[in-house]
Amino acid sequence: MLDKDIKKKAINPKDKSNAQNIPLDKIFKALTFTASLGVILLLGFIIFKLFMESALSVEKFGFKFITSMEWDPVKGEFGAGAYIFGTIVSSLIAILIATPVSVGIALYLTEIAPPWLSTPVGFLVELLAAIPSVIYGLWGIFVFVPFIRQYIQKPIGDLFGWIPLFSGPPLGIGMLSAGLILAIMIIPIITAISRDIISSVPTLQREGAMALGATRWEVIKYAILPFAKSGILGGIILGMGRALGETMAVTMVIGNRPEIKASLFAPAHSMAAVIANEFTEATDDIYLSALIEVGLLLFLVTFIMNGLARFFIWSVARGPKGGIRQ
Amino acid sequence: MEKVIQVNDVKAWYGSLQTLKGISLEIFKNRVTAIIGPSGCGKSTFIRCLNRMHEVVPGAKVEGKILINKTDIYSSQVDPVEIRRKIGMVFQKPNPFPTMTIYNNVASGLKLNGVKNKRVLDESVEKSLRRAALWDEVKDRLNHSGMSLSGGQQQRLCIARALAVEPDILLMDEPASALDPISTLRIEELVQELKEQYTIVIVTHNMQQAARISDYTAFLLNGELIEYDITENIFTKPTDKRTEDYITGRFG
Amino acid sequence: MSEIQNQYAKRYKPRKIINYLMLTIMLLSTLLALIPLFSILTHIGISGIKALDLQFITNLPAPVGEPGGGMGNALVGTLVLVSLAALMGIPVGVLTAIYLSEYQQTGLFPSTVRFVADSLLGIPSIVVGIFVYLIIVLPMKSFSALAGGVALGIMLIPIVIRGTEGMLKMVPDSLREAALALGMRKWRVIVSIVLPTAIKGIITTIMLGIARVAGETAPLLLTAFGNHFWSTKLDQPIGALPLQIFTYAISPFDEWHNQAWAGSLLLILVVLFLSIIARLATRGNKLN
Repeated sequence: MLDKDIKKKAINPKDKSNAQNIPLDKIFKALTFTASLGVILLLGFIIFKLFMESALSVEKFGFKFITSMEWDPVKGEFGAGAYIFGTIVSSLIAILIATPVSVGIALYLTEIAPPWLSTPVGFLVELLAAIPSVIYGLWGIFVFVPFIRQYIQKPIGDLFGWIPLFSGPPLGIGMLSAGLILAIMIIPIITAISRDIISSVPTLQREGAMALGATRWEVIKYAILPFAKSGILGGIILGMGRALGETMAVTMVIGNRPEIKASLFAPAHSMAAVIANEFTEATDDIYLSALIEVGLLLFLVTFIMNGLARFFIWSVARGPKGGIRQ
Repeated sequence: MEKVIQVNDVKAWYGSLQTLKGISLEIFKNRVTAIIGPSGCGKSTFIRCLNRMHEVVPGAKVEGKILINKTDIYSSQVDPVEIRRKIGMVFQKPNPFPTMTIYNNVASGLKLNGVKNKRVLDESVEKSLRRAALWDEVKDRLNHSGMSLSGGQQQRLCIARALAVEPDILLMDEPASALDPISTLRIEELVQELKEQYTIVIVTHNMQQAARISDYTAFLLNGELIEYDITENIFTKPTDKRTEDYITGRFG
Repeated sequence: MSEIQNQYAKRYKPRKIINYLMLTIMLLSTLLALIPLFSILTHIGISGIKALDLQFITNLPAPVGEPGGGMGNALVGTLVLVSLAALMGIPVGVLTAIYLSEYQQTGLFPSTVRFVADSLLGIPSIVVGIFVYLIIVLPMKSFSALAGGVALGIMLIPIVIRGTEGMLKMVPDSLREAALALGMRKWRVIVSIVLPTAIKGIITTIMLGIARVAGETAPLLLTAFGNHFWSTKLDQPIGALPLQIFTYAISPFDEWHNQAWAGSLLLILVVLFLSIIARLATRGNKLN
């Protein structure tokens, strides 16, 4: 029959390609493995380089580097205290503002808004994450900071200027503006994770509460938030990590003055900003090494925060049983 | 009668779970052999051992001996890919390649094994589609996506795809379980026609189906072969009490 | 009415009020987050359109006071940097994702790769800048387009890995099995069946990743450095839109501020353009 003819024709080229195929299979797998290994080595190399090149500064200044406020390139004395302070405080402001807003948005989008509304609105909130940070900075300088000065700092300063936290002239530029811009920038991050976590709450949980006659808010309060708690915490830590490392928007509105002031209205500085501003001008070794140590600290903190965030998010995504039992 | 497949004390595991506990049987040329048994009895595992598909699942392991045309397919010199080329397989759910046309779906086995001659491919596609009883329905739209077909047609397309590489043996893992009754009937008729040229092993959870289309039937329970005989014997005078229970329970 | 029912009815009103209050707060927080978005977009639109014309796209920056300055070189620079990043990030990212999805899904090594990818995703971009400065700028003794491209490439890798892996995982196993059962080699199954099936999603992921790194500024300060003249040389400093926007934004000149807005509009358009390509690639594939 015709069968046999086709079979002959079919089998010969088959066998030919076969001979090439066995090594190809191995080569392809090796290629993908090499890429994966390369990614691990890349992170290893980053860590190694940061430790290596900051060793000079670490040895010379030791622990004092973190606490000291003196940053004097001329004298060769470096302490990053003021930068660390600025980074932490501006990020804390951001978290304090962004957390309730983000959780509110996530709840609104998942629990209240009808689908025809929650999809486009959710997209708009995500769009906030797509705007490059230099544009946040530009908008911050020319739109946001003047607004804050006029409508937030002036009235608060007039009323509460006697409290150190709100003392000093309303400059606009400063810690408060930096924190608020950071808050806007991390809202999409915390919102996205909270939305995922909240929509993973089992329907049974919701319906159980509803059947008891709970109002919508009570369903959220008693059935959803306890379940989603640690996942949302993961989102918050992830947002914090992002805020700590943010460079451009902060450096454009924080004022770049390495001082520790009680007032939120005062200019400040941040770790990422000092690297951005001074790195390319750092000529001598110890100066460069000190800036790299700032980078190393920033890296270590965000590295740990990401690990923590992953753990919390994973614990919710993985263990719905634990959530049900609370 | 000619034995095509000889299975000798085959054991299989998924991780630490043993799904086959020493199966031995012989499968005959140009006959339809049905594997029946309750869910989780190991019938899918068994059929996947026959073309070395079991081991593609991570953590899966096989022990024992399977001879196909006197070749030990688990011998270390044998390339599993070669085995799979010689044995066709049809799966539970129709799985045409979504990025390919109907023509390319059927030709995929040949093409990806290095056949480039257009005439050979054309002939093979037509012949395979005819054998799968799909040619008349799709001959005018061979360039449409395989996904544009109905579920039953998709399954016949998958059968055509398996036939195109000219196998001697066709393994079918519950090929009609996801289909409507009419499509199921067409697949059953097809199996009857195909056995003229192929040795067919079919897994089914539907005992009427096994009774209708198979010449031999093997009954598996908890990874063990309870009974293996001519289909008629299994369904009319089973020797094992468990076979009888299963069959009568199902037939009601 | 029973006592319990009575109690229930009495307490129902305050509960309802609290309910509406909380729901309103949620609605307000959503609106609150949208205000900055609209403010940013309208300001870029209104202020940007004034200075954005053909000259702006084709010309070099002009000194203060001279008309007709543009960001042509920065636009080209951004395209060069992004291409370099893509050249580095896409192959490494896609191959790694293939390993994670097709060869070894579980175990210590793949978990480590995933953990590392997530960590890379979270590294402050300025730190990536430091790293590339140390390994490329210092040895070459010059800021360069190459360094900038590598920095953006490093940031692109984890985005591509995680996105592509997700897309590959969505390809049903039944297709892989069908291909294996036909006797295809594994690499064939991956290249001819799995990748084509997931390609739409992979392209979308890559485009969105590229759009994201295209807007990065901080690492470029330490690597590409910026350049006010035409340059596409890989071993020379190169301009980039975000860098130019930054320089102009912190300058004291109104004219440059306007240019910064126009640059932002251009940058947003580039980002949008990449997203549209992603969408088109997706659609074109569907018709096939």
